[in-house]
Amino acid sequence: MFSYVARRVMYSVPVLFVASFIVFVAVRLTFDPTVKFRQLRDPNALIRARAKYGLDDPIPIQYFKWFSRVVRGDFGISTRTGGAVWPMMTRALGFTVQLIIWGILLALILAIGIGVFSAIKQYSIPDYMFTGLSYIGVAMPPFWFGLILIQVLGVYVKQRFNLPRPFFYFIGLHSTGKKGLNADYLRHLVLPVLTLTVQLIAQWSRFERASMLDVLSSDFVRTARAKGVPRRRVVFRHAFRNALIPLVTDVATQTGALFGGLIITESIFSIPGMGRLFIEALLSGDIYVVLAFMIITGLFVILFNLIADMLYSVLDPRVRLA
Amino acid sequence: MTLEMTPIVNPEIADLTLLEGTAPVALTQWQLFRRRFFRHRLAMFGLFLLIVLCVCCFGAKWIAPYPNKQDLLADVVGPSRKHWFGVDLVGRDYLTTCLYAGRISLKIGLFVSLLATVFGTLTGAVAGYFGKVPDQILMRTTDLFLLLPALAVLAIALQQFGNSEITIIFVLAGLGWMGIARIVRGQVLSLKEKEFVEAARAIGCSHTRIILRHIIPNLVGPIMVNASLAVAGAIIAESTLSYLGFGVQPPKTSWGKLLADGKETIATKGYLLYFPGLLIILVTLAVNFLGDGLRDATDPQAKH
Repeated sequence: MFSYVARRVMYSVPVLFVASFIVFVAVRLTFDPTVKFRQLRDPNALIRARAKYGLDDPIPIQYFKWFSRVVRGDFGISTRTGGAVWPMMTRALGFTVQLIIWGILLALILAIGIGVFSAIKQYSIPDYMFTGLSYIGVAMPPFWFGLILIQVLGVYVKQRFNLPRPFFYFIGLHSTGKKGLNADYLRHLVLPVLTLTVQLIAQWSRFERASMLDVLSSDFVRTARAKGVPRRRVVFRHAFRNALIPLVTDVATQTGALFGGLIITESIFSIPGMGRLFIEALLSGDIYVVLAFMIITGLFVILFNLIADMLYSVLDPRVRLA
Repeated sequence: MTLEMTPIVNPEIADLTLLEGTAPVALTQWQLFRRRFFRHRLAMFGLFLLIVLCVCCFGAKWIAPYPNKQDLLADVVGPSRKHWFGVDLVGRDYLTTCLYAGRISLKIGLFVSLLATVFGTLTGAVAGYFGKVPDQILMRTTDLFLLLPALAVLAIALQQFGNSEITIIFVLAGLGWMGIARIVRGQVLSLKEKEFVEAARAIGCSHTRIILRHIIPNLVGPIMVNASLAVAGAIIAESTLSYLGFGVQPPKTSWGKLLADGKETIATKGYLLYFPGLLIILVTLAVNFLGDGLRDATDPQAKH
């Protein structure tokens, strides 16, 4: 196991290296963070800015300088705010992680519930209903669903019942001046979490249904039934656990992708997470923030892919990592 | 082309076409496919929906109720009998706007899918067939792109290349061909070991001919399934980018752009948000149904 992990990490180093080089060159060629200095009277302002942000060297040299600092945990300074990038990223990451944790929890509970139910009651009316809903869930642009949620649960409910403030908030994760786990937090959390989970629920419930059906028709389930184990026990003790295995790996990989995949949700609900930071940086040519975003999200994808593989071998002893 | 096979014929296939006084005739692959596909209710529904939407949008010039008309005195803003989708902020019929916007959305969806499929199929086939260096390049490139968040890469690329319709199509296709390439590569790896490829090589076919005439026709099924799903993916990706402000620019408009504009009046004119979104869902559902139908129809294990 250890050598497997070590080899996987070693293998992903060159991939990350090449990826970061390509991203660096692309970002450097696309954005000019010194645009705002061009209009200043002081001709030296531009020169000073270029020197400050290290833009004077040829691009490959810039890349190596930047990369060697990144390896030591220094992501440079933001050309927009002038502050260090790393604290900005960690603060943003905090918000993104909150969304991911609640989102994954909700999606898992609902998707497993729906999937198992649909598998047990295959071809029943609720099964068809859930199938139909999951088709729509996959077909929906996620941001549209978010906007509709704001419109219906946020704005309409407020207008209909004449509330002073909307019952479900749709800006940020806390009202000004509040923090911690409380009702205020929950009221902020509902809409963004629903927005980001709807597609996950649709996909995972189909996945869980398929894998549950697969397990239910396998030999060991038939054996258990033939021995006289009650159906309920077979379903929940024998089949259920095995049906979770393929889902777990899928969940792990998708969780990794979520770190860079919440751009839309965070923009809609004005949550200052990684995605929103990225969009703001993109629009203002803040290259070091854009680069940090790409590197950090890439690292999470690698990490969670590794976790997915390891979980698979832990859960299913037939699978050996070599 | 029908193939006559008198002695051994799968009765399940043959009895359907058994005409009186003729020898049993087996169906060709293509006929079997067509039969299964046209009997797939959901797929037919999807095809119908897609055709209707395409006709309405691409024929917007003739079909749209109020092309190029602005009714500044329109006092009814919501959906009404006169204006099915309501009227937008500057007094234009919203149905007309939606249909014209659909032209761009559909065009992007169809062309991206076409380009990505052709390019992905060719690279996948070349990588799988020749192996070694081309294969390594392809697989490492896909690894690379799987690492980076797709939306972020798209946004950067559009920032770099500008966001006219053509560049959007090329950028989306340029980042969307890897999935199909991987699938084709995997299939080609097993197909190239088959006897018919060996036979083709033995009679002196060139590599190009083997790939184009012998291998790719065997992969029409998975390729078509993927192409249909790619249409939905491209339309949703375009709408997301437009929402973020990286998509088509005014005066051109797409469903995603309409949604981005509708967001501004979310509290007062919700209907501006509903209709473009519903149209996107309709198209996506239609192509997903179509994809399901194609998958079932090309599944060799399926009954007719």
